[in-house]
Amino acid sequence: MSKPVVSLSGVTKSFEAAGVTALQSIDLDVGPGEFVSLIGPSGCGKSTLLRVVGDLVEPTSGTVVVNGKSARQARRDGDYGIVFQDAVLYDWRTVSKNIGLPLELLGWDKTRRAERVEELLRLVELQGFGGHHPWQLSGGMQQRVAIARALSFSPALLLMDEPFGALDEMTRERLNGELLRIWEASGSTVLFVTHSIAEAVFLSTRVVVMSRRPGRIAAIVDVDLPQPRTADTREEPRFFELVTEVRDRLREGGLDEDSTAPGEGELLVGEETA
Amino acid sequence: MSRAQRYAYRWLPALVVFVASIAFWELLVRLFDVQDFLLPAPSDILATLRDDWSELWSAAFFTFREAVAGYVIGCAAGFLAAAAIARYRLLRAAVMPYAIAAGAIPIIAFAPITNNWFGVTGMSSKIAIAAILCFFPMLVNTMKGLTSVPASSLELMRSYAASDLTVFRRVRLPTSLPYVFSGLKVATVLAMIGAIVGDYFGGAPGALGVEIRRWVGIFAFDQAWAGIVLASVLGILFYGTVALVERFALSWHPSVRGAGAE
Repeated sequence: MSKPVVSLSGVTKSFEAAGVTALQSIDLDVGPGEFVSLIGPSGCGKSTLLRVVGDLVEPTSGTVVVNGKSARQARRDGDYGIVFQDAVLYDWRTVSKNIGLPLELLGWDKTRRAERVEELLRLVELQGFGGHHPWQLSGGMQQRVAIARALSFSPALLLMDEPFGALDEMTRERLNGELLRIWEASGSTVLFVTHSIAEAVFLSTRVVVMSRRPGRIAAIVDVDLPQPRTADTREEPRFFELVTEVRDRLREGGLDEDSTAPGEGELLVGEETA
Repeated sequence: MSRAQRYAYRWLPALVVFVASIAFWELLVRLFDVQDFLLPAPSDILATLRDDWSELWSAAFFTFREAVAGYVIGCAAGFLAAAAIARYRLLRAAVMPYAIAAGAIPIIAFAPITNNWFGVTGMSSKIAIAAILCFFPMLVNTMKGLTSVPASSLELMRSYAASDLTVFRRVRLPTSLPYVFSGLKVATVLAMIGAIVGDYFGGAPGALGVEIRRWVGIFAFDQAWAGIVLASVLGILFYGTVALVERFALSWHPSVRGAGAE
């Protein structure tokens, strides 16, 4: 593997106030152009891990290297775009202005910004919606706006925290396909947190299976499904084999993905960053 | 339905109630020969407004200026204080309980004291009491707005390595605007109350509150009522102006859009 985009070694995160170890000794390398999913039961710390990579949460110990530098420096350099479960769009800005916000902060001039935004609207298939306000769009459209915004400054790394978790299954599957198309077109590296085994297998080149508290990497499953993936991919026997494999890995050691404790990991992250 | 019809449907009921109440009032006074000092007839108040317009207007405008000056000072101070307090968690913890408690006490009771502090006959004591009245709701509302930003919004800005100032300008301020405007609207009413009640405890000759008290003292109830009506109209206009500014400033807000589409 060529020089990794993300390199984690011995990353541990404990929330002392709550007496919880969210992550323990995580070692993980993500290569350029990879699509890596983090999957695990609620409260396994996968969202926390994503935030550690993005320097939104500081690890208690261990090192995080992004693009050959510290996570903090990578954040300052605008090396990653982030997409949350909520689209986090600003109601007072139009769709175009939401997408252009990072570019505005980077000091791009108006014409250059407008061109880039137009390009992105085409990419996420929202031409003609630039003048709308976010609340006039459906949940799926809002999430596409959020993706366009994250891609606006062509970051090397895309961090996605259950971006389709709040959407219905049909919208989710359609957006999965679109995300893959965008990923291929942009050539960026993706770190993707999800609850859905099928989604992880369909999208990823590798699936990182995490165990419940303390959050550890239980297994890494290589997904050897051919690219580009289409709706037919979901019908292939190999797809089902991989889904089964991921499920088995989740179950090993009693890690049933169905045992849904309240998302304490997510709550902790919320408190930490509030 | 045409535009005019929709407009009529929306405003006609309120207009009917208004006209009917005035008519009922007029009728009541005439039928039962109600004494002037209890309730003058609307027609008499209107006549007084016409006859003594310049005297009434100068009194009302004087007090209105006290109210607006107090409003501007109190709201600006409340907003700035909130911006400072929102920035520092410790300051927030130290100050907020008192700011909220201040909302529960009748600050207007201080009016005679501000008269002692700033002089009875000048505008400044009335401006002071109006400003103090406006300050607290403005502080509490702005605070609520500035701190109601969702954590994910802040995380997003953090991911862009945005400075505190940028986060304030681009996220906290716009998020807080609906709250800020509800503070600004409440404050219009409080400023008018502060100025007039401040006048009641003594003020410049020719100020509305002073005049209303004097008119009551010399049994000129028509004038007193005309003064009250004028103060009410100014108060409504004041509130309406701020509400109008709000509609423009929050034109992006779903609530405004929703109301507009009705």
